[in-house]
Amino acid sequence: MNEELLRLIERNSRIDIKELSVLLGKSEIEVLNDMQKMEEEGIICGYHTLINWDKTSIDKVTGLIEVRVIPQRGQGFDKIAERIYKYPEVKSVYLISGGYDLLITLEEKSLREIANFVYDKLATLDSIQSTATHFILKKYKDHGTVLTKQQEDEREIITP
Amino acid sequence: MTKPISKTVEALKKSGIRKFFDIASEMKDVISLGVGEPDFETPWHIREEGIYSLERSKTFYTSNSGLKPLRSAIADYIERTQGIKYDFNSEIMVTVGGSEAIDICLRAVLNPSDEVIIPQPSYVSYEPCTVLAGGVPVIINLKAENDFRLTAEELKSKITDKTKCLILPYPNNPTGAILEGNDLKEIAKVCIENDIYVLSDEIYGELTYKDKHISIASIEGMKERTVLINGFSKAYSMTGWRLGYACAPQHILSQMLKIHQYAIMCAPTTSQYSAIEALKNGDEDIKLMRESYNQRRRFLINSFRKMNLECFEPFGAFYVFPCIKEFNMTSEEFALKFLEEERVVVIPGTAFGESGEGFVRISYAYSIDKLKIAMERLNRFVEKLRS
Repeated sequence: MNEELLRLIERNSRIDIKELSVLLGKSEIEVLNDMQKMEEEGIICGYHTLINWDKTSIDKVTGLIEVRVIPQRGQGFDKIAERIYKYPEVKSVYLISGGYDLLITLEEKSLREIANFVYDKLATLDSIQSTATHFILKKYKDHGTVLTKQQEDEREIITP
Repeated sequence: MTKPISKTVEALKKSGIRKFFDIASEMKDVISLGVGEPDFETPWHIREEGIYSLERSKTFYTSNSGLKPLRSAIADYIERTQGIKYDFNSEIMVTVGGSEAIDICLRAVLNPSDEVIIPQPSYVSYEPCTVLAGGVPVIINLKAENDFRLTAEELKSKITDKTKCLILPYPNNPTGAILEGNDLKEIAKVCIENDIYVLSDEIYGELTYKDKHISIASIEGMKERTVLINGFSKAYSMTGWRLGYACAPQHILSQMLKIHQYAIMCAPTTSQYSAIEALKNGDEDIKLMRESYNQRRRFLINSFRKMNLECFEPFGAFYVFPCIKEFNMTSEEFALKFLEEERVVVIPGTAFGESGEGFVRISYAYSIDKLKIAMERLNRFVEKLRS
């Protein structure tokens, strides 16, 4: 595992091998090998892009749905989680400690579509006890990146 | 008023760095690689501790030497990183930046006409502070072929009956040079043999990219003659908090403390509370910042190689010090022309002493994206000069 490499590509997955090799002080072959190995081991699961959809003309609504589940004998939460994550509009599914069990993020074009998903698909599943749906109003920071403002260099002129 | 003001102060030179910023501030689309200040914001948990201290009404002076828990945390930190034990009651004081510590150390140690050995290129304050303290600066012009390390021979050659103190500025601003175990042992031997004090400015001590920094005070026989100066500005990106410290044997520290009492009273209280948090929970922050600096350092060295620009590989601080002698210009001419034609600020090596002639200081306390643009411009500039 190469932690420094992971930190670099977590911030910028488009960075090329040549640059990585310079920044890490390793040969390109070494970097390629490291990456390939981490891909095979499932440490690197994908190379995504962080998009601020609010700046486009495309309508997107993100819902966070808390779900309480009756775990099934022998399978715990895994089976119900799988049934849920198979829907392509479901962006993430987490098992959560605390007052509820699963946290689902859902991306749709409108509030109505999210509502439809919840009462048509989700709430009708057998082992689901209850749901609570929240809508995201504004994203300030996502994946470690601040979306709301550009950072500026605040350093003043000083000597020595 | 017609009476003359201090001749000593009037005779001090203005810092050579300033001029370039003044020119740059009149231009548009300038990339400055001139600043000697980290580009990271102070980590939030450290800032938060300062805010919390204000909420708890910690708005009063602290004791002159600084908050006890802070001095105690400094003692722990030095023991953990250098293996040196300092008594936080009598051997550690908190100052307004490392710069105050440099000033009061020299004032506490020097008698009129005592000589202070200053290796250059180095930080611009040592010489004026020595003069203001009544001392006589004796300059060692460090050599590029030694990667700007101070050698025991160079030190020996400058020692006289009047030598009182050596300033040891490593990891070095502006060259990025470091000293390693063997270098330090040799220098320590000379200091002990000739009974001279050492002001060891270790403000960049956390920023080394090879082995861990070693303090000369950790070498046997050195603690009793060394004033170890460090601070929070560079390691924790806390420049604006103005907080540093000095560790020294009691007979020196108690005298430094007198000057500090009369001139300063105490370092800023809010900063001191934040600094405790920095020392206790800041190791990971340093690690990540060091990692970033190191990537930028490698990027710059690689860029110089590609453009065939001579530069030794520096392993400390956040500066590189490339050689520009091939262009037959002075450092100042080069820096000025580069600024005028390509709108990039670099600092002429001569701002840090005569031996900086033929070099420029480039700071990498800037994002990779900025450094990339700056290196494209430097490449274009260098090609033009060569053609």
